[in-house]
Amino acid sequence: MDQPELSDCAQQLTQILTRHGRDASRLLQILRDVQDACHVISAQAIDLIAVHLAVPRVNVEGVAGFYSFLSTRPVGEYQVLFSGNITDQMLGQDELMQYLCNKLWVEPGKVSEDGLVSIAGTSCTGMCDQGPAALVNGWVLTNLDRNRLDLIGELIRSRKPVAEWPPMLFETADNIRRADMLLGDALAPGAAIGAVLARGARETLAEMDKSNLRGRGGAGFKTASKWSFCHAAIVEEEGHVICDVGGPPERVIVCNADEGEPGTFKDRVLLNSYADLVFEGMTVGARVVGASKGFLYLRGEYRYLLNRLEGVLKRRREAGLLGNAILGQADFSFDIEIHLGAGAYICGEESALIESLEGKRGRPRNRPPFPVTHGYQGRPTVVDNVETFACAAKIAEKGGAWFAAMGTAQSTGTKLLSVSGDVASPGIYEYPFGVTVRQVLADCGAEDPYAVQISGPSGTCVSWKEFDRCIAFEDIPTAGAFMVFSRKRDVFDAVRNFTHFFAHESCGFCTPCRVGTALQQKIIDKIHGGHGTLSDLEELKRLGHLLKTMSHCGLGSSAANPVLDVLAKFPDAFEHKLAGLAFEPAFDLDGALETARKITGRDDEWAHL
Amino acid sequence: MTERQIRLATCSLAGCFGCHMSFLDIDERLFDLVELIEFDRTPLTDIKHCGPCDVGIVEGGVCNAENVHVLKEFRKNCKVLVAIGACAINGGLPSLRNNIDLWDCFQEVYQYEGGLEGGVVPNDPELPLPFDKVHPIYEVVKVDYFLPGCPPSGDAIWRFLTDLLAGREPKLEYEQLHFD
Repeated sequence: MDQPELSDCAQQLTQILTRHGRDASRLLQILRDVQDACHVISAQAIDLIAVHLAVPRVNVEGVAGFYSFLSTRPVGEYQVLFSGNITDQMLGQDELMQYLCNKLWVEPGKVSEDGLVSIAGTSCTGMCDQGPAALVNGWVLTNLDRNRLDLIGELIRSRKPVAEWPPMLFETADNIRRADMLLGDALAPGAAIGAVLARGARETLAEMDKSNLRGRGGAGFKTASKWSFCHAAIVEEEGHVICDVGGPPERVIVCNADEGEPGTFKDRVLLNSYADLVFEGMTVGARVVGASKGFLYLRGEYRYLLNRLEGVLKRRREAGLLGNAILGQADFSFDIEIHLGAGAYICGEESALIESLEGKRGRPRNRPPFPVTHGYQGRPTVVDNVETFACAAKIAEKGGAWFAAMGTAQSTGTKLLSVSGDVASPGIYEYPFGVTVRQVLADCGAEDPYAVQISGPSGTCVSWKEFDRCIAFEDIPTAGAFMVFSRKRDVFDAVRNFTHFFAHESCGFCTPCRVGTALQQKIIDKIHGGHGTLSDLEELKRLGHLLKTMSHCGLGSSAANPVLDVLAKFPDAFEHKLAGLAFEPAFDLDGALETARKITGRDDEWAHL
Repeated sequence: MTERQIRLATCSLAGCFGCHMSFLDIDERLFDLVELIEFDRTPLTDIKHCGPCDVGIVEGGVCNAENVHVLKEFRKNCKVLVAIGACAINGGLPSLRNNIDLWDCFQEVYQYEGGLEGGVVPNDPELPLPFDKVHPIYEVVKVDYFLPGCPPSGDAIWRFLTDLLAGREPKLEYEQLHFD
C-alpha cells in the first residue's frame, strides 16, 4: 500500500472513531466501518484504534482476526463472496464462482494483482430461496447466472462503484408461500403496546405464560419463564431498586437476528416486511421485564436491511412508539439500537452474541450465570429470536388463550419454515405446529424427495421413511430451515458441506470443537477422495461422541449431527465411497512424491511407492 | 531368568529422537523392563529390520518414502502400534515446512545457499525422496494407541508400557499429560 492511501485511511479512521464516540463497546462497529473504508484493517489502524479507545492492542487485533468479514490483509477493492451453503452448491455455485474467477483473472481466495478484486466463498448468506447468492462488498446479489456474472465482471472491470450498479442485481424477494396468523393479518403499529398498557405488565406476562410460547431460535425455552427470570433478577421493593446482580440495575432486551444457520431465512423476511411487528414485540418485552435499552443484533449478511430498519425505528420514535414516554406513559422509556455482525455463525449463540454486542470476540460464555441474570454488560438480559418477538406482539394483542389454541400441546402457535433445495416453490411457509414433513413437501412441490435437513446442519436429517413425523418440539424441533434433497442428490455432499461449515465456524475457544471439527472434516474429505475405509467410519462415530459430550457450547455439540444422522439413516451414502474394509492411507502416497521426483529428476525404484 | 515372551520394537521417523531420550528417562526401571521384554529393532540394538513383534513404538511423522517403508514394516510385524510424541501424532515440528512449497525448500537449500553439491539438487537413489508435505503416521497406517507429549515424560512412558504389558487398557493420569 502506498503512502497517500495510508494517510487517507488514517483520516477516515479519525472520522469513524469520532462517529462512534470512541466507545470501546462499539469496537466491532468501528472495525466494520474501517474495513468498508479501507478494504483492510491494517496494523497501523489497529495501533491507532487501540490508542484512541484506550484498550490493549491485542483486544483490537483479537476482534479484527475473529470475524470473517474483517480482514487484516488487504482484500480487493471489490470483494465478491459466494454463499457456500449446500443449496447454493446444488444450484451451481462452485461452477459460477470459477466462471467469475476466470473472467477476472483471479484465483479463488486471492486478491488480483492490481488489488481490484478478490473472490472467495462464505457461509450461507440466507438467500437459499433465490440462490446462487453472493455478497459484493457486503451487499447481497441473488439469482446469479452466467449472464449476471458477465455484467458483474464488466462493472468491476470498469470500476463502477457498487452503489451505482443496476438495482436488479440486488433485488430480493420475500417469497411468502403460506401465511397464517403471523404473516397473514397485519398488526396496526402500537396495537400490542396499547394492549399491554391497558392490561398491565404483570397481566401481560400472565398472558405470555398462558400462551406457552417457546423460543423460535431452536432451543424452545419457554419465553414467559425467560422474561420473568429477567424481571426477577432485579428486586424492586417499595419503589427502590435493589440490585442483586453485578451490573447496573437496568434490564436489556436483545433481538437475535444473527440468522446464521445455513438454510434459514425467515428472520430476513420478518425484518424486511414485518419489522414493525418485531420491534413491537421487543417493546412489549421491555414493558413486561422493565427494560429501557434494546438491541437488534443484525447479521452482517443482512446489512442491506439496515437503512430500512433504521427508517422503521425513526418512524416509530416519531409516532411515540419508541423513546421517552411511549404512548404518553411517563414511566415507559425504551429505545432500540441496531448492531451489525461481521460474519460469525457462533454469534447466534446468545452469550457469544452478547460478547459481540460488547465489541468483543464472539466467544460463548460459561453458563451459568445465564444472560437473564448476567447479560449485556452484566445486566439482566433477555435474548430472543426475531420470530419469538413477532409472536409476543401478537400474543400481547390477542391474548394467550388465542395463541395456545393453535399448534400442539407442547408447541403452541405457528412456525415459519424456510424451504429450499429441490422444490418447485422455495420460500417461507407458515404452519401451525404439528404439520407433517410430508404435508410441507407436498405444498412446496418437492421433486421425488429423499431426505430433508430440518433446522440446518445442527438439526436433524429426516429420511424418506420418516416423512410422517411432525414439526413440533415433541418430535422434530426446528429453528426453521427445511432443505429438501431429491433422490438424484448424494446426501454425502450435504454432509461434506456441513462438516466444512462447522470446521470454518468453530470459534476455536475449546479444543474438542476446534480440533474435533477439523478432524471430522479431514476424515470426510478422505472418504470423498476415495481413501476411506470402515475404520474411518468408526473414527467418525468416536469423534462425534467426543464432540457431543466435551464441547463448550452448542456449536461443538451439534457439529457431528449431520455425520451421525446420515451414517445411521443412509449408511449407503458412506459405504459406497469406501475404498475397502481394511485401512487405507489418507492420501496418495506415490502422488505425494511427484513434486520431489520432478525436482530431483529421479525415477528409480526408491522414488516410487 | 524367566522366559521373555514380549517383543518390542521402536524407531524414529521424522522426529528428533527426543521421545527415545525420554524413554531412557525411565532410568533404572529399564532393568525391570528388560526382564519382561525382548528388544527387536530399536536404536539400542541396532537391528536394521523389524521382525514379528508384540508392540511397535513409532516416533516422528512421515516426511519421505523411506519413512513409509519403515512404518509399513512396523505395521506388518507389530500386533500393537503406538504413535509416540507430537510429531508422530500430528506431524509436529517438521510439519512446519508444510506451508512452504517443496520447490522453494530445495532451491533455498541447494541453490541459493551455495557450497552444497555445487548448486545442484542431489538425485542419488540412496537419499530418501521427500513428500511434498509431512504427515502424521495415522494417515499412512492404522495406529492403535497415541501417547501424547513433546516428549511424553519417562513416567508417562513407563505407565503406558506397564499397563500394556499387564494387559490393561493404558490410561494416563492428568499429571502425566499436562506440562504446567
